[in-house]
Amino acid sequence: MLASPTSAEKDPDMIAPCAISLTVNGEQVEAYVPPRLNLADFLREHLQLTGTHVGCEHGVCGACTVRLNGDIVRGCLTLAVQANGAVVETIEGLSDAGEIADLHAAFRDRNALQCGYCTPGMLVTAQDLLLQCSAPDRELIREHLSGNYCRCTGYEAIVDAVEVTARSRRERGR
Amino acid sequence: MKRTDTEPLSLFDRPNSYIGKTVPRPNLDRLMQGRGLYVSDLELPRMAHVVFLRSPHAHARIARIEAADAKRTTGVVAIVTGTELSKIISPWVGVLSHLKGLKSAPQHAIAVDRVCWQGEAVAAIVATSRAAAEDAIDAVGVEYEELAPVTDMRSALDPQTPVIHPSLGDNLAFERLHHAGDVDRALVDSDEVVEAEFVFGRHTGVTLEPRAVVADWNAAEARLTIYQGTQAPHMVQNIAALHLGLRDSQVHVICKDVGGSFGIKVHVYADEMATYALSKMLRRPIKFVADRFESFNTDIHARDHRCKGRIGVQRDGTITAFEIDDLTGIGPYSMYPRTSAIEANQVVNLVGGPYLSKNYRARARVVFQNKNVMCQYRAVGHPIACSVTEGLVDLAAARIGMDVAEIRRRNLIPDDGYPCASPTGLRFEKLSHHASLTKLLAMMDYDRLRAEQSELRQSQVYRGIGIASFIEVTNPSAAFYGVGGARISSQDGVAVRLDAQGAVTCQTSITEQGQGSEALTAQIVASVLGISTDRIRVILGDTDNTPYGGGTWASRGAGIGGEAALQAAKQLRRNILEVAGAILQSSPAALDIVDNDVVDLSDGTRRIELQELARIVYFRPDTLPPGIQPELMATRHFVPREYPFAFTNGVQASWLEVDIETGFIKLLKHWVVEDCGTIINPQLVDEQIRGGAVQGLGAALFEKCIYDERGQLTNANMADYLVPMSGEMPDIEVGHVVSPTEETELGAKGAGEAGTAGAAAAVANAVNDALRPFGAVITEIPLTPEVILTALGRI
Repeated sequence: MLASPTSAEKDPDMIAPCAISLTVNGEQVEAYVPPRLNLADFLREHLQLTGTHVGCEHGVCGACTVRLNGDIVRGCLTLAVQANGAVVETIEGLSDAGEIADLHAAFRDRNALQCGYCTPGMLVTAQDLLLQCSAPDRELIREHLSGNYCRCTGYEAIVDAVEVTARSRRERGR
Repeated sequence: MKRTDTEPLSLFDRPNSYIGKTVPRPNLDRLMQGRGLYVSDLELPRMAHVVFLRSPHAHARIARIEAADAKRTTGVVAIVTGTELSKIISPWVGVLSHLKGLKSAPQHAIAVDRVCWQGEAVAAIVATSRAAAEDAIDAVGVEYEELAPVTDMRSALDPQTPVIHPSLGDNLAFERLHHAGDVDRALVDSDEVVEAEFVFGRHTGVTLEPRAVVADWNAAEARLTIYQGTQAPHMVQNIAALHLGLRDSQVHVICKDVGGSFGIKVHVYADEMATYALSKMLRRPIKFVADRFESFNTDIHARDHRCKGRIGVQRDGTITAFEIDDLTGIGPYSMYPRTSAIEANQVVNLVGGPYLSKNYRARARVVFQNKNVMCQYRAVGHPIACSVTEGLVDLAAARIGMDVAEIRRRNLIPDDGYPCASPTGLRFEKLSHHASLTKLLAMMDYDRLRAEQSELRQSQVYRGIGIASFIEVTNPSAAFYGVGGARISSQDGVAVRLDAQGAVTCQTSITEQGQGSEALTAQIVASVLGISTDRIRVILGDTDNTPYGGGTWASRGAGIGGEAALQAAKQLRRNILEVAGAILQSSPAALDIVDNDVVDLSDGTRRIELQELARIVYFRPDTLPPGIQPELMATRHFVPREYPFAFTNGVQASWLEVDIETGFIKLLKHWVVEDCGTIINPQLVDEQIRGGAVQGLGAALFEKCIYDERGQLTNANMADYLVPMSGEMPDIEVGHVVSPTEETELGAKGAGEAGTAGAAAAVANAVNDALRPFGAVITEIPLTPEVILTALGRI
């Protein structure tokens, strides 16, 4: 029952580290990474940006959601080498920049997180919706967040917090 | 409520009391900014990673393990088999003496000679990175000789079925029989007897952060530090020490942020034990983080039950008797140390619990099988008992043509009927079934919904209403585990300390996995002391730095840990006022603490800031009168002694629509009314209820570990094992009735499991209500489209 490595795994071109250069949370980053390394592991293990969480490692749970060139992606389904030349933003960057301070406040007031493990991915996804749509109804919010698994809250508090943030942004004319 | 103190105002009436107020939880910003510290985030110097080679077979003999090639793989530190590791860590048997007759076989950290479920660890590959360990895994050769697997619990006890552990004689782990009243006579005398078999899908917790542990054996100190996402740090300390041949004091358990638990992380798993042992063996930190496949194959499963039920009813709606015969398959071992018999035991305890009927007969059989282990998961046994009881009540109502709310009104224990006991001897101090049902019907506007339902049926829209009353075990005393010999603490402790700037540090033995343990502790301590919550810091999850205690499980944190916090804070308050009296030449009884200042009780005049008092005590004790030795730290412990469990109650309702063409169910709305006694933080209680209810809704509609006949788990990933996502879940309205327990001054009972207890029952009843025009009755969950269409005869 001894398995032998596949030819791809033996091919040095497939495993030799590649140089990548990208911007992460506004900082220029240069690194050598194995081609198989995914973006979530790169962020967590190479840059110690542990706010990006790993939940399922097959693109279903949404815990590893980050922003890549302005679009949200699954960090576990994106290879680090694919981020070469890209602009990557994580929960740490969005938080430090103050971009989602109002969303943070709404989550805090509504207790829209319990264990907090889904929260970074949830916040990045919610902000993505709010940037696209200024007046999402509850159904649209639920639909947009439906790729982010939360076992603790039952989602209602999260939907409430996003709804409140959308309303307050409209009122502020943002 | 017991008021032993002579305080002029109760804790709840004090002007700045935080009890009963929504106060945001401390430390949320850390989690929201991605600055939490989960075990999976942790890195230590010289840390190596362990990956387990797991059995592809449900039952097989291990003939040979060949690891020489794998050991030469780059980055590999060690490859360790079960036999090698058994020299470091001893095996265990998951039994408790109060579950009479419960038996199990010795379980090793890594399988020795034989594997008993698909996913059991066969060897540990330790390497400098997880990726390097995974690279080496295919180079480890294992020869298996497959054995016949026992998979179907219905045939597990048949004479021709192989016995999984021959030394045990058969595959029966535990059996409980109970008979109260005279069921045979009651059924004979009933106008109608209805029976059904209720089938529950085996499901699991799917915590978003998988189980994770870092074990760090420091050989120079002869001390093991375990970083683990656990609900019960002192239990982990004791178990690790016991099986590694250490004293408890040589094991330090640290639990920082935990990415979801729900009972999944209250057990001690073989791979975690292996990780502790590997650290001791290899003298360096070892990290284990389960991947999702491993989570599905090794996190405890739950609720794999088939339960036959009978109910007797009179034409006037009086329920005369309940009878059940429950069968459950728990995998090849009873879990350690809480055992896998508790769930079935709870089912026996709880069936019929909300109702007056005194005639009750039950049999529960717990059998071994070659599947992953089952054990306690949020609301242990309650969803089974509630689904069976409430399903039978609805079937009885349908048989006699009575409204489902009305039959409950006629049979629920009256609110003035307490204290009383159930047919299984459970003692109820004070429940509120009728007030809860009345409130629920008002919240949902029951009569209007019934009218709407009937109107929509004219246009072939099939909506249903389902109601489910329930009772819930909370605040467990030693009756749960301690009396059976488990070294699992049922008492908790809290230490509170005034620091030199007038702030308070509070160390508690309950733990935090997002429920709000820190918040409720801070709210109680702040209220008692008369200081603001921003001056309170709560420390938990650390065996070196908290009092000894049980942790957070079985809906016990607020009721038990909260009372300990209250009593500790009261003692500190007395101590503070004694010093203040000496400083101010006043009587302590004439003083109070309000808004961080000591004031005159009579008119609120500010006398001295706590900060100033602390300065004098710590830095100028020479200025205090002779004979005064201030104690600005106080510790109190608490465990319930009068009632073994503080029962709570509640009722849920579901409003849903069934698409009879596709079999899909759309949840339109869900309501929960529950009674957890004193509510410390209304928002936190409501969110516990909502989250718990959605876990129950997942079980009702989606969640099932699907095994084939060879014991292979066929959907061990999140694409195939469905969980509730935001798109399918309804808004949930939560209401409360408040009946505080008089066993504590706080009066709080648990709230963490109420949502999960009754959600599936409400949904199943609503589906049957929707399908009534077709005469279809379904007593199986999850209610997948296939199940619905089959019941409708469409496939």
